Amino acid sequence: MATSAVAAPTSAARGTPIPRSSRDRSERVVKSVLLSFSLLSIVTTFSIVVVLGIEAWEFFTGFPDKPGIGLVPFLTGTEWSPLLGGEQKFGVLPLICGTLLVTVIAGAFALPIGLVTAIFLSEYAPSRLRLVLKSALEVLAGVPTVVYGFFALAVITPALQRFSDAFGTWNALSAGLAVGIMILPIVCSLSEDALRAVPQSLRDGSSALGGTKFDTSVKVVLPAALSGIMASFLLALTRAIGETMIVALAAGSLAQITMNPSNQVQTMTGWIVAIFTGDAQANSVEYASSYAVAATLFLMTLALTLAGTAILKRFREEYE
Amino acid sequence: MTDVPHVPVARRLLANRLFLATCVFCTGLAVCVLAVLIVSIMIDGVHRLSPDFIANFASRKPDQAGIRAPLVGSIWVCTICALTALPVGVGTAIFLEEFAKRGRLTEFIRINISNLSGVPSIVYGIIGLTAFSRFFGWRAGAEPIELGSPDSLLYLRLPFGSSVLAGGLTLALVVLPIVIVASQEAIRAVPNSLRQGALALGSTRWQMVSRLTLPASLPMVMTGAILAMSRAIGEAAPILVLGAPLMVLETPANLMSEFTVLPMQIFNWAERSKASFQEIAAAAIIVQLAVLMSFNALAILVRQRLQTPLQ
Repeated sequence: MATSAVAAPTSAARGTPIPRSSRDRSERVVKSVLLSFSLLSIVTTFSIVVVLGIEAWEFFTGFPDKPGIGLVPFLTGTEWSPLLGGEQKFGVLPLICGTLLVTVIAGAFALPIGLVTAIFLSEYAPSRLRLVLKSALEVLAGVPTVVYGFFALAVITPALQRFSDAFGTWNALSAGLAVGIMILPIVCSLSEDALRAVPQSLRDGSSALGGTKFDTSVKVVLPAALSGIMASFLLALTRAIGETMIVALAAGSLAQITMNPSNQVQTMTGWIVAIFTGDAQANSVEYASSYAVAATLFLMTLALTLAGTAILKRFREEYE
Repeated sequence: MTDVPHVPVARRLLANRLFLATCVFCTGLAVCVLAVLIVSIMIDGVHRLSPDFIANFASRKPDQAGIRAPLVGSIWVCTICALTALPVGVGTAIFLEEFAKRGRLTEFIRINISNLSGVPSIVYGIIGLTAFSRFFGWRAGAEPIELGSPDSLLYLRLPFGSSVLAGGLTLALVVLPIVIVASQEAIRAVPNSLRQGALALGSTRWQMVSRLTLPASLPMVMTGAILAMSRAIGEAAPILVLGAPLMVLETPANLMSEFTVLPMQIFNWAERSKASFQEIAAAAIIVQLAVLMSFNALAILVRQRLQTPLQ
């Protein structure tokens, strides 16, 4: 590592024209500037937690002029109807259900296809084909998500409507498939990295014992790379949960608990978009609800990222 | 190894062939999706592309609408984002790789950065709105403090409001983890023998970094930076939360100007059901993809031009 001490600067300073004290001083200045840059990332996390925490706390426990919603009714409520006339209801479960439905559809599409494509790229494809396919995936990875949202509305939904009349202009399946296309390159390239990190000797051993390419890839290489692949899945699902522009365009705006992919759903991110593009007052209950929803979203993605890091750590120990 | 069931060779060879077919099918599907995506957008939008479409401002009439304001806005926001995220990101990477001793603090910073990269961009939008646009509610309701004259490029108004500066800083938060991780990988790829040589000759750590490690890792750092910027230029969610106006009829004049960006304009047009708005949304997407392609080409060029083998 870089921290290995090779030469003590004491003896080296004698040969340089710059006096040691001034060199040491500029060294200290540079180091503290770089340290402060690194601390900015901690400040960012800290402000995420504080900003979301304070606003969500107010939403749960009460505003100066109105009562709060309460943490338990928020987390267990099955109705989300903040904008309709009459009684406002803030149960987050319909939004979580919408997010999960879209994420499950995206995962069901992208995880198997991405993994099989990764196996193909790493184990089967000749190097020139691999290069072409990798650059195609790189293009796919660079496409802004709003473009996938447009694609869902303009291509996927009309195609679905040809199969069945049940699909409206907005539906969970169309948004889910578009999110799936978005996360496909992530699954693919990260899984491929994990597969290629498996030592060649394992493959050679399997072939020497008479294993076919299929035996080698699926029964030897795949299990050896499993933790890296799981980490890539978790990362892709984290992106799917937090995806905003696709669901804002294609999923709809009706928060409901449903597992029917032809229904329209509202996701957590979809609600935040609805608040910030609508004309909610900056100190209203529904405005504050977006912070509570964002805090829920942040905790969900944080849990997934931590799980991914933990899995990867095990993976690293196996090979070093 | 007695518990391994015996499978006839013919069946194993069949499984092998079936699996290869599945592989080819899945890969083909992924490539087809990309092809359909590009072709369908081309069909929808290419006839709307014209010099006027680039030069005109937004309009209620789709025939006269153009993308001048969002295109220039994207360039402004991206420049501000690059000027802030790149020094901070590369600096953090240098600190973590070359200066930091292994300890609780650096381990915490590392874990923290990987968590930040998983935070949805819309959450960064909310943080940007609170921190940069409103300064955490400081002087809420009061008149903003003005610094400098509105004619100057560096005119400031505190808090920043929905200004192009607030937008650029918010996007900097979004891409910072990407820049840090890419730069860390680049610095780690520099052979350790070079560092040891420099230290043995009596250079300080910063001399070693500024004259050796950084120049040696520059192509990879720049590639990562360009890819991070292409992510920034495609982000719409944080800008949406900051509150970019639906119709912007002038290009930014200073850091405090109102602005919109290309992905936001695409979102606004794609939301409308009228076919002509869908067409100009597709045309704007073509421009956006062209910009991204040139970013990618630039990254490849940098990688090839600057790469000198270091062994």
